Amino acid sequence: MSPHLVDIRLTVNGEPVNERVEARKTLVDFLRDDLGLTGSHIGCEHGVCGACTVRVDGVVVRGCLMLAAQCDGARVETIEGVSDTGEIADLQEAFEKRNALQCGYCTPGMLLTAQELLARGGVPDRSAIREHLAGNYCRCTGYHAIVDAVESVAETRSKG
Amino acid sequence: MKIVQDMPPVLSALDRPNSYIGRSVPRPNLARLMQGRGQYVSDVVLPRMAHVAFARSPHAHARIRAIETGRAKSAPGVIAVVTGAELARVMTPWVGVLTHLKGIKSAPQHALAVDRACWRGEAVCAVVARSRAEAEDAIELVEVDYEELAPVTDAETALDPGTPVIHPDLGDNLTFERRHEAGAPDTAFAEADEVVEATFRFGRHTGVTNEPRAVVADWNPGEQRLTVYHGTQAPHMMQNLFAKHLALEEHQVRVITKDVGGSFGIKVHTYADEMATVALSKLLKRPVKFVADRIESFVTDIHARDHRVQARVAVKRDGTITAFEIDDLTGIGPYSVYPRTSGIEANQVVNLTGGPYTCPNYRALARVVFQNKNVMCQYRAVGHPIATAVTEGLVDLAAMRIGMDPVEIRRRNLIADDAYPTSGPSGIRFEQLSHHASLDKVLAMMDYRALRAEQARLREKGVHRGIGLASFIEVTNPSAAFYGVGGARISSQDGVTIRLDAQGAIICHTGVTEQGQGAEAVIAQVAASAFGVPIARVRVVTGDTDNTPYGGGTWASRAAGIGGEAAWQAGKALRANVLAVAGSILQAAPESLDIRNGTVIDRETGRERIGLDEVARVAYFRPDTLPPGFQAELMATRHYVPRAWPFAFTNGIQASLLEVDVETGFITLLKHWCVEDCGTVINPQLVDEQVRGGVVQGLGAVLFEHCLYDERGQLLNGNMADYLVPMACEMPDIAVGHVVSPTADSELGAKGAGEAGTAGAPACVMNAVNDALAPLGAATITEMPITPSVVLRALGRV
Repeated sequence: MSPHLVDIRLTVNGEPVNERVEARKTLVDFLRDDLGLTGSHIGCEHGVCGACTVRVDGVVVRGCLMLAAQCDGARVETIEGVSDTGEIADLQEAFEKRNALQCGYCTPGMLLTAQELLARGGVPDRSAIREHLAGNYCRCTGYHAIVDAVESVAETRSKG
Repeated sequence: MKIVQDMPPVLSALDRPNSYIGRSVPRPNLARLMQGRGQYVSDVVLPRMAHVAFARSPHAHARIRAIETGRAKSAPGVIAVVTGAELARVMTPWVGVLTHLKGIKSAPQHALAVDRACWRGEAVCAVVARSRAEAEDAIELVEVDYEELAPVTDAETALDPGTPVIHPDLGDNLTFERRHEAGAPDTAFAEADEVVEATFRFGRHTGVTNEPRAVVADWNPGEQRLTVYHGTQAPHMMQNLFAKHLALEEHQVRVITKDVGGSFGIKVHTYADEMATVALSKLLKRPVKFVADRIESFVTDIHARDHRVQARVAVKRDGTITAFEIDDLTGIGPYSVYPRTSGIEANQVVNLTGGPYTCPNYRALARVVFQNKNVMCQYRAVGHPIATAVTEGLVDLAAMRIGMDPVEIRRRNLIADDAYPTSGPSGIRFEQLSHHASLDKVLAMMDYRALRAEQARLREKGVHRGIGLASFIEVTNPSAAFYGVGGARISSQDGVTIRLDAQGAIICHTGVTEQGQGAEAVIAQVAASAFGVPIARVRVVTGDTDNTPYGGGTWASRAAGIGGEAAWQAGKALRANVLAVAGSILQAAPESLDIRNGTVIDRETGRERIGLDEVARVAYFRPDTLPPGFQAELMATRHYVPRAWPFAFTNGIQASLLEVDVETGFITLLKHWCVEDCGTVINPQLVDEQVRGGVVQGLGAVLFEHCLYDERGQLLNGNMADYLVPMACEMPDIAVGHVVSPTADSELGAKGAGEAGTAGAPACVMNAVNDALAPLGAATITEMPITPSVVLRALGRV
């Protein structure tokens, strides 16, 4: 079987990337294997668990449900980039203070998904936070601490 | 804000200046995990590394007539295609038995099936290629000629004479059987006012670690050494097993475990595909990587539970429980899992049933049988959820039969808090438990009376709420009694080495491992407290058999209690060594000195005498200035293993408040409470989060998680869309409280806390559902998971 190759140009965490990729390669495999950005994780490879969550053109997506070839011209952001810019520093601090992660495997995706909710502004109630995070599976924490951390950041941010 | 409320002050007897014991210190390893800078085995890439994928049996039971590998071998990127027979020349098979489980038997299991596949998903052929994708492409070209054999899938009929025997050499399909009798159960049942019987069914489920099992094996013929990057809970155990089955010596094998994306007991066993990966590296003389994909995880990660327990309880009209009897049957797949065996869960069910209560009369039968499904073995809270649900289910049924409140029957039968030391009807020994204090505390936390009143009010409006309780006991801090006495080379002792670095910080190396539970934080807290430095000046090294004391790793809630005590003793020993140096420098008696906040002080006055950096400078760079014959020893190692008690039992109680929609059968969890007693609480926040995480795994078991098989042994829901795990939106807030009864076996007094949540959650939710439905005349629900259809069936609506 000869692989179908596609040339793509995109930015990843603000850096320009030009690569030739197999057409079948998922975005998360591309980020991990070709770019060495291993902060995006692979959990289920069928769009359920949320471990591979990244942002494409500002929108939170599943890196396992999108092909790298679809990202030609796109602006991709991963946990590494979002950490380096300081965008979620307060959220990360709250996660640490509240021990809202244990093994940490779901955490990059959880942080990006939580940030998506927080960026809407206001203070969502606990059930709204739980609803928003429902597509990101955590097997360690039982979610309570994560909800606490997100809630505390929403309160702090809303006080400006 | 919750962040403050979740850190209750827990007093500690370990009264050192600047003690971190009992404080919610943040874990040192969180920042990098949150920045995407973790180092999971899935992330490991080595020079010349190849990837392996496996052809797996599509049949539950089949003879392998032939394997045609020619086309696969010539596929793009393929390095090797290896069959079971070929790999067996490199790696010897294993048999999962232990001598202390009398009569347990199993058959030799190979890294890749040879001649016969015994479950759907068993690996039969390996393809190694440049990339995982190319390996998977070539797997499609491996042609296996199978002759289907009759599968044995139903545990209930596995022992029938007409059922095929899976391993003919073993004579029958019985893996293990245990019978136990205490007191006079027949008399008790005959003299009871009421006898209540029920059959409890527990669905098969699995761990679903977010990071699947992963291993990178690197055999270096130049060094004659094997380095294995392994997502495991027990690096030294795996070192032994890799060496043993590859005919190496243990010093030739190094197991490195960095970050692990969830374990829960899943990653403490020998997996054939991981053993095959290691053997392939030896065969091919290059690094080979295997990361299970999700379907592979579902069909090969150990499954757990799958018990059918016929049970009865004898009770007097005054509420006195006089006897328990259980008949437990569990099917464990075609092999007893190596090296811990698949007999332990049933054995634990026998040990733990009735455990919180004074009842002396007990009869138990447990039978473990082979079947052609994926293997089963120890998963978080081994046996506890079954024993707890059976016990607590029976207690509630007995209360209902005699018209007594569930709280009252527990008050009358729970072992009194001043009755210790004592033992349970199975012979398990309790040092100090606190069932009544825990019951009182949980009732206060939940405001039991108010909830009952609210329940009654809402009932009139057609809202059906249920309140359920479940007392439990938990096995923690295991001694050699768990595995070592049975011949397994699984260390129950553990060690910590602490070294003073040249600037006065300390580096701790420990055999316990970090799975996300916070072991590194706990070791750091204890070492900092015992030695006397700020915690920021402590670094902890785990997960490397070349660089840590020999130890057992993480399982059976042992890391804090056993590793923590070793850290305490090592910290004290290093303090004494450092004070000897300081005394020599200062011309002072070492006993007159102490270390506080990184500085050597006068013990009496607290006056600062010399910094640790200066002590280290002198000892390392100017030892010539120390008195002749004086040798500074700035590294100390201590080990610990519990000796007075085979296990440090803990106890607790959980409570659930939920609402049942009687039209749809949907259950909404409103609130959950857990009070537990793990002795000295080293880090309240970490204990609480272990409890919460454990509770939610128990909630998954009771409501959602189920490995569904058809009668031909095919797993029907091996993906995360169809196999349901708890999501954030359906989980309740979980309030956690503590009672503190330290163990006297260690100075630290800490017991384990990792499995308490999982042990009790299923039972109290089951009791709460029945509490909600009983007034509607519903049949009592005694099966898990309690899906909407189970609820509707109980209500007679479907």
